[in-house]
Amino acid sequence: MPPLFLQQRRSYQVKKLKWWFLVPAIILISSLIIFPIGYNLFLSFHKWGGSSRVAPNFVGIRNFVYAFQDMRFTNSLWVTLYFTAFALSAEVILGFFIALYINREFKGKNFVKALLVFPFTATPVAIAMVWTIIYDPTLGILNYFLSFIGLDGITWLGSQSLVIPALVIVDVWEWTPLVTLIALAGLENIPVSLLEAAKIDGASKGQILRKIIIPLIKPSLIAAAMIRSWDCIKTFDIIYVMTQGGPGFASENLNIYAFNNAFRYFKMGYASSLMIILFAIVLGVNIALYYLRGVKE
Amino acid sequence: MINKKRMILRILFYIGLIIIVFPTVFVFYWMVLSSFKNQVQNLSYPPLFIFKPTLENYTAVFKQQNFGKYLFNSFVVATGSTFISLLVGIPAAYSISRFKMKRTIFILTVARMIPFISYLIPWYILFTKLKLVDTYLGLTLSHIIINLPLVIILMSSFFDDVPVELEEAATVDGASAFRTFLEISVPIAANGIITSAILSYIFSWNQFLFSLILSGPKTKTVPIAVFNFMSYEMINWGGIMAAATLIALPVLILTLFIHRYIVKGLTMGALKE
Repeated sequence: MPPLFLQQRRSYQVKKLKWWFLVPAIILISSLIIFPIGYNLFLSFHKWGGSSRVAPNFVGIRNFVYAFQDMRFTNSLWVTLYFTAFALSAEVILGFFIALYINREFKGKNFVKALLVFPFTATPVAIAMVWTIIYDPTLGILNYFLSFIGLDGITWLGSQSLVIPALVIVDVWEWTPLVTLIALAGLENIPVSLLEAAKIDGASKGQILRKIIIPLIKPSLIAAAMIRSWDCIKTFDIIYVMTQGGPGFASENLNIYAFNNAFRYFKMGYASSLMIILFAIVLGVNIALYYLRGVKE
Repeated sequence: MINKKRMILRILFYIGLIIIVFPTVFVFYWMVLSSFKNQVQNLSYPPLFIFKPTLENYTAVFKQQNFGKYLFNSFVVATGSTFISLLVGIPAAYSISRFKMKRTIFILTVARMIPFISYLIPWYILFTKLKLVDTYLGLTLSHIIINLPLVIILMSSFFDDVPVELEEAATVDGASAFRTFLEISVPIAANGIITSAILSYIFSWNQFLFSLILSGPKTKTVPIAVFNFMSYEMINWGGIMAAATLIALPVLILTLFIHRYIVKGLTMGALKE
């Protein structure tokens, strides 16, 4: 134990230092993050063409009212929810079963784990371009493979009904490995003794899965779903590169629509209110997932 | 007899494993393979698996597309935003960890959930006024929006694992609080620093949305350059795939160094209770 005066001096010194440590971060975060959020809120109640000569015009909640009469908005809302529900559930279910499959000792496990990191770290623009070529209706490799089972000339990205599933496949390809690795970490934390005890007590494989593994791994899976939902709901890169929201508006999600409003039509106020709606959706989904996680505990 | 059964089970397991990793491997394989094909080979049907490889796509990308310049731009912005995020984020993370400021971490996590366009609109307006569009400074600042919260959240969880007792022992030996931080805590959390540095670098390198709006002819980063290239020359598959390989390669190499920590990095503490 150091003498008392030294302890006091240290605790004073440490406190002072720690506050100074926070100052640069506070400055950067308030200017880079908090200011834009405030400004975004301000703009969402205004009509503004983005010109510096004309001041934003206060319109109250008219942007939000207008949104729900705007067919393109309702469409983009539907695209967002459809894409998210489809991709998120596929990623969590597939990720879980793949993790279950590779959760054992085998040669090359570390290699497989390293390989699984590649899809979600590789540059999305590059990934989107490769998939565009794979999906090509006449010369693409996917349709070539499918021609062996008698399917011919599917226009993946050019079809109103197939474009979302096609984009979901890309998202699932990219992100299932992350869910797998999260689930795998959760599985590795389940004590082996617990599983062995259950086996000795005569539990069947199905029972062990339902009564032990799934309840124990549920928090990890829901956390994975939360993390995925942040990006899934506002998917931008792959859609913008592969279809730009087309054909027509078939793959235009809320994020792409807001982007077009802001930077193509220069409706800054309307775009800002769309962002608020988008954030509300992210928040809603996450609160729902949070409660789903909490119920069991 | 038992051995035989075990052997068959093992073979079946590996077959299943191959089916699982096939899509991952194939997409990258196809990207690299197509980048070595010339125009005729790329457009032949059925697709070619065996052919005489050519480097012409790579030389063309560098010659016609000024790719070196865009690589340099990406390098400058990624290095700058990573460096500033670490410099500001590591001390802040240390304080947050030691003061146990859980709510701050929560707020930063919420900031991560906010759609990026919410940041982009105000920044675009402000940058246009300040003439910061198409400058390294503007682009770097925008990438810090993504990287700084990442560094803070990740590093504070690494600092949580540094025992306070070690720091106290250093004080007894007469080290100042700042020296203790620099010489005890930072080295112990080195893995975290490497992980956050590489992840920030990757995020900045991959960043598309901010760079699409805030960069211009002078500061165009690789993903934007390649995207523009793609819209012009949709049929030049070899060139596009060579460019895609060139953007993805540095990231994949960096990934190998930290693949053990990457899940912790990307879940940003959401897994910790």
